[in-house]
Amino acid sequence: MRLELADWRGLLRPGDVLVALGGLLVCGYALLALWQGGVPDGAVIRAGGKVMARVDLARERTIEVPGPLGVTLIEIRPGRARVAADPGPRQYCVRQGWLTQAGAVAICAPNEVSLSLTGRAADYDSLNY
Amino acid sequence: MTPSTIELTPTAEDRRIARHAAAAIVLTVAEAAIPLPLPGVKPGLANIVTLVVLARWGWREAVWVSLLRVLAGSLLLGQFLAPGFFLSLSGALASLVVLGLAMHLPARWFGPVSHSILAAFAHIGAQLVVARLWLVPHDGVFYLTPVFALAAVVFGLLNGLIAARLLRELQRVSPPQAGDPMER
Repeated sequence: MRLELADWRGLLRPGDVLVALGGLLVCGYALLALWQGGVPDGAVIRAGGKVMARVDLARERTIEVPGPLGVTLIEIRPGRARVAADPGPRQYCVRQGWLTQAGAVAICAPNEVSLSLTGRAADYDSLNY
Repeated sequence: MTPSTIELTPTAEDRRIARHAAAAIVLTVAEAAIPLPLPGVKPGLANIVTLVVLARWGWREAVWVSLLRVLAGSLLLGQFLAPGFFLSLSGALASLVVLGLAMHLPARWFGPVSHSILAAFAHIGAQLVVARLWLVPHDGVFYLTPVFALAAVVFGLLNGLIAARLLRELQRVSPPQAGDPMER
């Protein structure tokens, strides 16, 4: 009555293998589609409380944002963005470094500039931590 | 003994359904004792019985066995009419519909393993929809879909293999009689 591994394989029909592989494909697709919610697709730059620019994160560029203290320099790279330079005294937004998750926010309060990343599934902003 | 005014004479089919349902219920209760890492991920061993009944005795009997198993299993586990019961029921109904379609796939190519995996996907699909519409009205329930899908493939494959092997042994012990719906 003992069945060897080969016997178990004999119970599989060709279509069964296809169905199992199809199931794994569905798995992989669900994984990619559902577990990549944090990928950002754009950035919103605000100055003085007003939206100054909405940019995509597809190509590299540097944006200069004027504020009451001077110019805040925002650097956009594919898939990420950061505040490169800011005239504020404590440099919190610069020290935050690269923002890579949808919903992440860097705020340069003294210069009234903020940078936030948008995405399909921005469930939390970085102020929620 | 006082003769009963209502006489119920169970047919051979009735007895067969009861026997298979009993086996499925035992598996359901036994499975409830297995600790599982995630709620909702379980092997679904009782479906082995459904698959065997489907292959040997046809879809109608498989429906009876499966639904009796859901009903009696939930009564035994104290889940009757609890959310878990409706999840089981919706999963079982969707599986049965898919099994009813899948059994007509060419048998040369698609065996119990295919039936099992397809039914497992129908099961999680229906459960996710019911959970989304009723229990957790938030898209967050879909977050675990990859885990459920993987479980459907793995347990569907295992259950299907066990069912295929049982069918082979049964074939040896008692070849299906003439008139069996799925004779081949």
